[in-house]
Amino acid sequence: MDKKTHKDPAKTSAELPSVDLNPPEVQPQKPPAPPAERTIELPEELRKRTVKGPGGVEIEVEPLRDYYCEAPPTVMPAAYSKIVEDLFNWARAESIWILGFGTGCGAIEMRPLMTPRYDAYRYGIQWRPTPRQANLFVISGYLSVKTLKRAIRSYEQMQNPKYVVGLGSCTINGGMYWDSYNTIKRLDEYLPVDLYITGCMPRPEALLAGFMDLKRMIRAGEAEGANKYAEYFDWYKANQKRVIKDWDMPDYSW
Amino acid sequence: MGFEWIKIPYSLLTLFIVVNYGLLLNALIAKIAARVGRRHGIPIWQNYVDMIKNYGLRTSITHGVMFYMGPVFRLSGGVGLLLFVPTIYGSVMFSNLSFAGDLILALYFVFFGTLGMALGAGESGHPYAAIGVSRGLAQVTAAELPFALAVFAVALQYETLSVTEIVAAQQGSYLNWTLFTNPFAVAAAMLSFLGSMMRPPFDVVLAPQEIPIGPPTEYHSSYLALMQTNRAIFPIAKMVVYMNLFFGGAVSWPIFFVKIFLIYMVSVLVGVVFPRFHVEHSVRWFLIWAVPLGVIAVAIV
Ligand code: SF4
Repeated sequence: MDKKTHKDPAKTSAELPSVDLNPPEVQPQKPPAPPAERTIELPEELRKRTVKGPGGVEIEVEPLRDYYCEAPPTVMPAAYSKIVEDLFNWARAESIWILGFGTGCGAIEMRPLMTPRYDAYRYGIQWRPTPRQANLFVISGYLSVKTLKRAIRSYEQMQNPKYVVGLGSCTINGGMYWDSYNTIKRLDEYLPVDLYITGCMPRPEALLAGFMDLKRMIRAGEAEGANKYAEYFDWYKANQKRVIKDWDMPDYSW
Repeated sequence: MGFEWIKIPYSLLTLFIVVNYGLLLNALIAKIAARVGRRHGIPIWQNYVDMIKNYGLRTSITHGVMFYMGPVFRLSGGVGLLLFVPTIYGSVMFSNLSFAGDLILALYFVFFGTLGMALGAGESGHPYAAIGVSRGLAQVTAAELPFALAVFAVALQYETLSVTEIVAAQQGSYLNWTLFTNPFAVAAAMLSFLGSMMRPPFDVVLAPQEIPIGPPTEYHSSYLALMQTNRAIFPIAKMVVYMNLFFGGAVSWPIFFVKIFLIYMVSVLVGVVFPRFHVEHSVRWFLIWAVPLGVIAVAIV
């Protein structure tokens, strides 16, 4: 294929905006000033209202308060004794339950892992259909802002300790969507990522290798993403709210 | 008759053996199912690891009192069923807390766990849980009907409600088993057995791809671990009842293991071959195929 047909003749590489592929490690710091209070039209079913029960009882319903717990997460200490914690860490490493939630094109690479060719089950990796029971959230590729909203809520419903793996270049620096208007570019500004698996898209072998690395980290007690999320909760929330324009949910939903 | 306290440690020993056997058996079954799909499948100790992990999770949340009670009810259904039915015939150690009318109690315990689960899952407030539970109750009720008929037939046949006496009547030769003395009852019960094991073709209650695993959708951490423990105990306890009523019971642990394994394999082999039924299909299926067999069984004794 002639490459030139795809290149904008007016732009040379010198004029292209430079993309820093290795952004410096940003430590979560003091939260930036919260964005100005926006008022969003809540959809009908989320508004506060009174409903009439059977027998004429009037019940006040406020969905955002009634159905969700708004208490922010707290840092959970490890088990009291080192031996017990080591045992738990070993068990966590050997029994990784992945939330079956595919966000971008990379999700298609998870399917071969469930089938005979790669069969991740033999490594104790299983898929769970509900965030309550899952420990590992694989963000499989680009994450549009709309999906980010769902991803955050799913992540918050998972139980501590929980892990996030970013799959594909899109989660690291935006990948080929680096200039897209509706995808996020760096996943770890929104969720605490334990591990990235690079590639566009990574092959199933790469995923398996990544999961093995994750196991090593869990066993060493290094994968404490949930506690990091709790510790820098304000920072993460501010970042999330900066991109999600229609924030019509509680700050923390579990 | 005085109560012998030594029975309590003995029963706990039974429970211990059964839990381990159940965990290993479940993993083995998963492995067999994986092999049918040409996979390696999970390691045989995977269930233990999963359980340790779930007990070891640091947070858990609740939706209310019934949410706590759901798994507890379910577990007590399994444990109760196991403890009130003699596991090994003729052994003082492993006849557990069985007594004269235990057959009725066993029938009750079979249903108990499902009811507990219904209450707990209802409280979790998740729509999928409610769908799952209503499907589960409809299906289990339909499946229970032929089983109850079969049990009546057996009770009439041996003129007793004590499981121990029923087993005693089947000793001697395998031709004395209910399987040969009253094949219709056994057929009805085995069809019902398929329905209550939550394996395909009757696993629409859990349906992971459609209503994310139904009743336990909201359960996690220790709740889930309790339910996993029950998943090891309950099928075995149920199969103990079947073994005692229809297949001559067991006089020693090796025979127990082999018989339980074979009974379980019936549902597994059916499961890996047949696709899933809808609830209305399975209810109709039970009413058309299994219930008449049960009626015949009652009629001919
Ligand atoms: S990294 Fe590549 S394969 Fe993965 S989501 Fe992005 S564009 Fe798709």
